[in-house]
Amino acid sequence: MIVGDRKSLAEILDMIKDCQNILITGCKGCVTVCNVGGLKEVQILALSLKIARKKEGRPITIEENLLERQCDPEYIAELADVVHNYDAVLSMACGVGPQFLAEAYPAQKFFPAINTKFFGGATGHGVWEERCAGCGTCVIHNYDGLCPVSRCSKSLMNGPCGGSAGGLCEISKDVVCIWDMIVKKKMEQGRLEDLLRVMPAKDWSTSRDGGPRKSIREELSQ
Amino acid sequence: MDTFEPQIVAFCCKYCAYAAADLAGSMRLSYPPNVKVVQLPCTGRVDIFHLLKAIEDGADGVYVAGCLEGECHFLKGNLRARKKVEYVKRTLEELGIEPARVEMYNLSSAMGPRFAEIAREMTGRIKELGPSPVKDAAIA
Repeated sequence: MIVGDRKSLAEILDMIKDCQNILITGCKGCVTVCNVGGLKEVQILALSLKIARKKEGRPITIEENLLERQCDPEYIAELADVVHNYDAVLSMACGVGPQFLAEAYPAQKFFPAINTKFFGGATGHGVWEERCAGCGTCVIHNYDGLCPVSRCSKSLMNGPCGGSAGGLCEISKDVVCIWDMIVKKKMEQGRLEDLLRVMPAKDWSTSRDGGPRKSIREELSQ
Repeated sequence: MDTFEPQIVAFCCKYCAYAAADLAGSMRLSYPPNVKVVQLPCTGRVDIFHLLKAIEDGADGVYVAGCLEGECHFLKGNLRARKKVEYVKRTLEELGIEPARVEMYNLSSAMGPRFAEIAREMTGRIKELGPSPVKDAAIA
């Protein structure tokens, strides 16, 4: 899923400082699963903003909404009748949400309440970790299911580098060296010789280096 | 300020704090009438939303009273409640409101006097802090 963190209240309050009446819209997709932009988070943000504005002596009216997904125009269309009733709209979806909203309703102001961070999964309650960098050419089969593109600080195809010590990456004692894990797993499975093969430089044109990406599936397009 | 009588909401677990409140009553212990008790099946039921809603509606103080740590009827409800209280404290701090307006307490059903003491302690604390800035603005 796409994982994000909510922006600070100070930043959000600054975005809506001139507004008296806003809509906060959440998304039932990834941000609901990672507990950052679902119904409960919409309610909590609305209350926090109302408290802040009451304290300032400038109460604000906030309506709450939750869309099935903010990355599909058919759900964005559900706001058509109400979207212009507000001074601005705060989206609690990933970065896709505010953009789809802004494209559908050019006359309205949309603000992101979430900092979108990475593609990942939950490794424990309240803990999410990056597992995919969306490079466009998956290579995890070469590394026994451990992705060096997203999980090595340098995205090395042939590792580890000299910065690996005690199973940790030199950038932080909180970052595991994925190459240490790859080597250990290969040893456990008796396939260490796999690593003698020098992997060629990766073609990054399928990643962000190739510019904004698009996926078209003819069988589905109408 | 001398006449300030705070409005305090206490979210109490029915297995401990609420029973302790009953015991305090049976023991004829008096405690400040500022505290309005809301009974919960477990403090694990309390949500960040409930605590913020109380503040937004003008409560000067809010506290959650659950079982002693390690003795929750539902194992971890009181530990989860503490984390939610801490979240609300951080939120209030971010908004420039005293985090001490929200608190987590732990007690057992046999601790009637402690329930009364907590009510006095929280009322005294909030009287010292003064009216909630949220309430002031709402009234103004």
